[in-house]
Amino acid sequence: MRVELKLHCEKSRLSELRLFLTDLLADIALSEIKKNQIILAVEEVCSNLIIHSHECNPKDSILLNVRKDKHKITFEIKDSGKAFNILEYQEPQLADVIRERRKGGLGIMLVKKIMDSIEFETSNNHNICRLTKSLNSQ
Amino acid sequence: MLKIDRTKVDDYVVLKLDGEVDASNSVELDLAIQELVAGNEEKILVDGTSLEYISSAGLGVFMSYLEDIQEKRMKFIIFGLNNKVKNVFHILGLDQLLQIEDNEIQALELLYEG
Repeated sequence: MRVELKLHCEKSRLSELRLFLTDLLADIALSEIKKNQIILAVEEVCSNLIIHSHECNPKDSILLNVRKDKHKITFEIKDSGKAFNILEYQEPQLADVIRERRKGGLGIMLVKKIMDSIEFETSNNHNICRLTKSLNSQ
Repeated sequence: MLKIDRTKVDDYVVLKLDGEVDASNSVELDLAIQELVAGNEEKILVDGTSLEYISSAGLGVFMSYLEDIQEKRMKFIIFGLNNKVKNVFHILGLDQLLQIEDNEIQALELLYEG
């Protein structure tokens, strides 16, 4: 099954994203902890785009496509903002985050820890970030 | 939605977080902690029993005070996190850097030890 959510680029939309994802994951046989991790990872990518690529402009939107298969779930996040290639992004060291009293930089670290695969492609002014989580993984 | 209540008890302060912390409201958490740190509170407990969700924005706020906590020799203890929220701290090993206790009794014991 494929489901889609269009989200306007406002930080206040993140709670709606979480509700959408919670419903979507309801019938999947994963622990609450794993489901929360998946919701978190998708939110981190979306909030990154909303804040950094679209500077919270409510006229912009991002499109989330979710595909549920038997053994995996795939999240495709599409936008047409400044391309943010999550794969090329060099996340900071935790020690630097602490020393520099930085409040950002942890989100992408979480996504990379949680998801089984992350792909990024950009074409014709569209960027797609594809996150996949295997439903068999422990 | 995030609600933050501050209560002074004897010589410590309890910051009770109710709801969800994400990029839309982490600045509120930041301000609440900043006030306490600037006010030279030495003992701070964060009551996370009603905290339903935290994203990296919230984690980042806590991490950004680690240096202050050490430099000012403050006691800063988080307690009562549910398993989902506790796991989010655990993913990046932040539960090793912050003092996180299961409940208020354990947090208070830690507050007054040594």
